[in-house]
Amino acid sequence: MKRTLHIALCLLIACQHSQAAVFRVGKNQPYQTIRQAIASAGRGDTVLVAQGLYLEKNISITKPLCLMGENYPILDGENRFEIISVRSDEVTIRGFRLEHCGVSSLQDIAAIKIYGCHRVLILSNILKADFFGIYVQSGVRCRIENNQLKASGRSEQQSGNGIHCWKCDSMEIINNRISGHRDGIYFEFVTNSVIWRNISSRNIRYGLHFMFSHNDAYISNIFQNNGAGVSVMFTHGVKMFNNFFEDNWGDGSFGLLLKEISDSYVIGNKFTGNTSGIFMEGSSRIEVSSNEFRANGWAIKIQASCLDNVISHNNFLSNTFDIGTNGSLVLNTFNGNYWDRYEGYDLNRDRIGDVPYHPVSLFSMVVEKNPPAMILFRSLMTSLLDKTEKLMPSLTPENLKDDSPYMKPFKL
Amino acid sequence: MNKIIKYVVTDILRNKIVLAYTAFLLAISLSVFNLEDNASKGLLSLLNIILFIVPLVCIIFSTIYIYNSAEFIELLVSQPLQRKKIWISLFSGLATSLLVAFLAGAGIPILIYAPNATGLTMVAMGCLLSIIFVSVAMLAAVTTRDKAKGIGVSVLLWLYFSLLFDGLVLFVLFQFQEYPMEKAMLVLSGFNPIDLGRILILLKMDVSALMGYTGAVFKDVFGTTSGFALALLVMVLWVVFPAWLSVRKFSKKDL
Repeated sequence: MKRTLHIALCLLIACQHSQAAVFRVGKNQPYQTIRQAIASAGRGDTVLVAQGLYLEKNISITKPLCLMGENYPILDGENRFEIISVRSDEVTIRGFRLEHCGVSSLQDIAAIKIYGCHRVLILSNILKADFFGIYVQSGVRCRIENNQLKASGRSEQQSGNGIHCWKCDSMEIINNRISGHRDGIYFEFVTNSVIWRNISSRNIRYGLHFMFSHNDAYISNIFQNNGAGVSVMFTHGVKMFNNFFEDNWGDGSFGLLLKEISDSYVIGNKFTGNTSGIFMEGSSRIEVSSNEFRANGWAIKIQASCLDNVISHNNFLSNTFDIGTNGSLVLNTFNGNYWDRYEGYDLNRDRIGDVPYHPVSLFSMVVEKNPPAMILFRSLMTSLLDKTEKLMPSLTPENLKDDSPYMKPFKL
Repeated sequence: MNKIIKYVVTDILRNKIVLAYTAFLLAISLSVFNLEDNASKGLLSLLNIILFIVPLVCIIFSTIYIYNSAEFIELLVSQPLQRKKIWISLFSGLATSLLVAFLAGAGIPILIYAPNATGLTMVAMGCLLSIIFVSVAMLAAVTTRDKAKGIGVSVLLWLYFSLLFDGLVLFVLFQFQEYPMEKAMLVLSGFNPIDLGRILILLKMDVSALMGYTGAVFKDVFGTTSGFALALLVMVLWVVFPAWLSVRKFSKKDL
């Protein structure tokens, strides 16, 4: 009874909200500029903007409002201004097309910038040719959903990040498409947040750049063809589930770079066609399981500075090198993976190979020490060296092995 | 000249060894493509065949053939024919028949099972390597009069190109580890047609790994059309230069 009363009360409040006033902006509407409409609106009112081009320099929102566009009205920053500044909690911005915000090397000018607010919603906007796209500074429980961000920056200095979050908590970044920015999504000091179902492609630097952001999750995103892939650094408690990392090419480019990460999970991701699928440095206690590594240069490069990581139940398929490392110290566990290069046998038919698999080839160690040696790859000389090394390991780390390699690939 | 070529080609195509070579290539390529679960893995296994077996067969077979047709060559020389023409027809005949054997044995299966850029490059490289090693064999055969010695030289040459050269390159690489060696490597690779062919195939096959730093240098050179053309030109030089040298030697040779 008490519960029904509670729900009824909630509904009542919701109804009251929906009765909030609507201020229309447009050519033949009561208000000509968005600025006037915002000034007249009260707390919780809606400002509805009709189709058209609006050159309003900077729009500052200082009270809880819903700013909505009909058929994507264009707000143009004339390459000089920050288009919308949100300085109040509970603001919703929906359905705009934001173009040409200012470019500056002193300030971080963004199309939409949120200054220390709670519960701001940025929904279904189109951002084109902006410096920073959506910039959240000290935001809490904000949601950025269904936006399309497209920039055509040429150099790192001349372009900003797509979705930039700094010192935030409990953010939700859902279903955005970002391309052509410096970093697609940038997280620094952001905690307890989720990045879900975004597509970040062809950005100049990273698809996702992640630093000092503890206990976040990113799930089911696609990171494609970014300058340097995805980089996750100096963080603990990150959950990386079911993402796609594809076609990140170049020496300094990684599907996923894990630097100084601990107590995290990399599960169910697909790494395809990267120069290095995962590059791990100084990382510890990470579970890497149920991932698929296909057609990468190196599936995983794991530096000797990594500790207590568990790599299990992954599929390694047609990679040029399975594992690369830079020393003989091995403090990580490789267990129960499927390696398509495994040549062992299974006599007792328990689907687990009877001899261990050594995923590091001599030649990958040689290339690690001396990159130009790559020119000899797949020559008779190097294949012979690899074969001898397999029989009598001398240079490759002897302990880096999978004791129970699977005979058949996992169905992932 | 055409008559001689025709005679050589029919003579070789009737030869049981070439038939066996064709059958062997065909058997290997078909089984490789049918056993492996995907075509790219099949191509990988074939890569070794093309880079090692094809040059080996070409160089040994050509050397032996030339020694065996010493009497035929003497007969031709006694006719009013230019020595140059006789030698070039011999070369063309050998090259054509071994090319046909390669195309029938490996070329067709590759084009059927993997008709992509990698497959095409592989077939092209196989053809070029066949001709190059016929040309090298001609040179080896004309320089030594003794048959056993000539075949020995051919085997050594094959060993050098497919194994020793790479060992030397690796040695040089580690000796000069502190220096930027990418450009030097590019030049060095031009001195071995097998390496050149392998790199051109690898650029199609293992692009991701080769896109690492040094890979990028290779990609910049060989990946561009002009670089690819340059590499092909170097390979053509590998055909022309030994052949030309052998023609000169043959013209002056006391039979």
